[in-house]
Amino acid sequence: MKGYKQYQALVKKEVLLELRQQHALFGMMLYIASTIFVLYLTMGETEGQTWNALFWVTQLFICINAVAKSFLQEAKGRMLYYFSITSPTVFILAKITYNVFLMILMNTINLLLYTAFLGDPTTSFLTFIGISFLGSIGLSLVFTMLAAIASKAMQQASLMAILGFPVIIPQLLLLVRLSKTAFSEIFRENVPTQVVFLLISLDISVILMAVILYPFLWKD
Amino acid sequence: MRLTWWKILSIILLIYTVIGGLLIPVPELSQLGETIRNLYFHVCMWMAMMILFTMSVIQSIKYLQSTDYKKDIKAKSYAEVGTIFGLLGYSTGAIWASYTWADPNNPAYASFGSIMREPKLIGAAMALLIYGAYFILRSSIRDIDQRARVSAVYNIFAYFMLFPSIWIIPRLLPSLHPGKEGNPALNFNDIDAKMRMVFYPAVIGWTLLGAWIGQIKIRIELIKEKNLF
Repeated sequence: MKGYKQYQALVKKEVLLELRQQHALFGMMLYIASTIFVLYLTMGETEGQTWNALFWVTQLFICINAVAKSFLQEAKGRMLYYFSITSPTVFILAKITYNVFLMILMNTINLLLYTAFLGDPTTSFLTFIGISFLGSIGLSLVFTMLAAIASKAMQQASLMAILGFPVIIPQLLLLVRLSKTAFSEIFRENVPTQVVFLLISLDISVILMAVILYPFLWKD
Repeated sequence: MRLTWWKILSIILLIYTVIGGLLIPVPELSQLGETIRNLYFHVCMWMAMMILFTMSVIQSIKYLQSTDYKKDIKAKSYAEVGTIFGLLGYSTGAIWASYTWADPNNPAYASFGSIMREPKLIGAAMALLIYGAYFILRSSIRDIDQRARVSAVYNIFAYFMLFPSIWIIPRLLPSLHPGKEGNPALNFNDIDAKMRMVFYPAVIGWTLLGAWIGQIKIRIELIKEKNLF
């Protein structure tokens, strides 16, 4: 019960911090807007496959930028303070929760701007929204863990991309493939459900690994 | 240098692989022809790589349990040898593919650009990129204990993300590469009985050689870091 209270407090602290440092949040939104605007200028109206691929690439970079700062902004002294008041499991779970929410928010903005600028080639937009949320949850989980690892090294920001890309490729491949259902591509029976199931089980395994492995990263 | 039984076994098996692999008759198939003999080298490289990476991860887990610095050196050395085997697997694969898939003189075959999208090649590229990232991560942390801990965590995390996807992706994407259902040549019906006579010893031989090289690397590292122990 004590753990749950700490967890609540930590999530609340992350939200408060975000609201007080609004420049970071608006910076993220501007990043999304300018990326999509550049795509709009260079591509114009795009057809299904390109649209899909570009969407997931922007999603990936938004995730790297949004999630990376969650650990990079923690000063050494503050980590020491957390160390004295809470347990690593609670801490990483709070970070994960917050990052998932942040990423879902960014995902919504991304989707809105995407359809506004680049049109909507999907045949079932609701399916695509569902898949993109599933994808953003998966991305934010993996990158939270990688940000925790990268925060211990030098040149953290560039290191995150190096560490992250090979690990995230399979998930991205699965997502791009899965989102083709929203473009009315015919699949073998049960394949989309299997892929969704696979992605969810991957997410669960990432959470489990974060809970098991983070305590080792935590102590300095 | 003391030759223990498994080192002698490795030498004998590899001599057998090279001589037997080149001399024992193989079934004649139109497209493969004699290139099938590459099976004893190409597939074995990947098997050895996977086993060495697994050994590296086991050492990383052991390190987190014990914080014994020797375990970290072992994890690093096995990962290095595994990477070398991975590169050899790529080069043997490229030679093989240039005769069977992407012969530039044969217009009926695919281009090299299109075969790079093979799911098996994606999996292999991911494995090598992950361990490349692992070495970069190691070199970017100066403190020895922290380096060992952080890289052990990344090693375990990446390994458990990599291996499910190596089994998953091939089932989702179309492929020319044999062994769609997972591990090529390991299924009992995949290859001819005569070839199995060479293939299984070859896998064991190459893996033992990898472990041997790894051991030598570990010993060198331990001597270099003598003042730490």
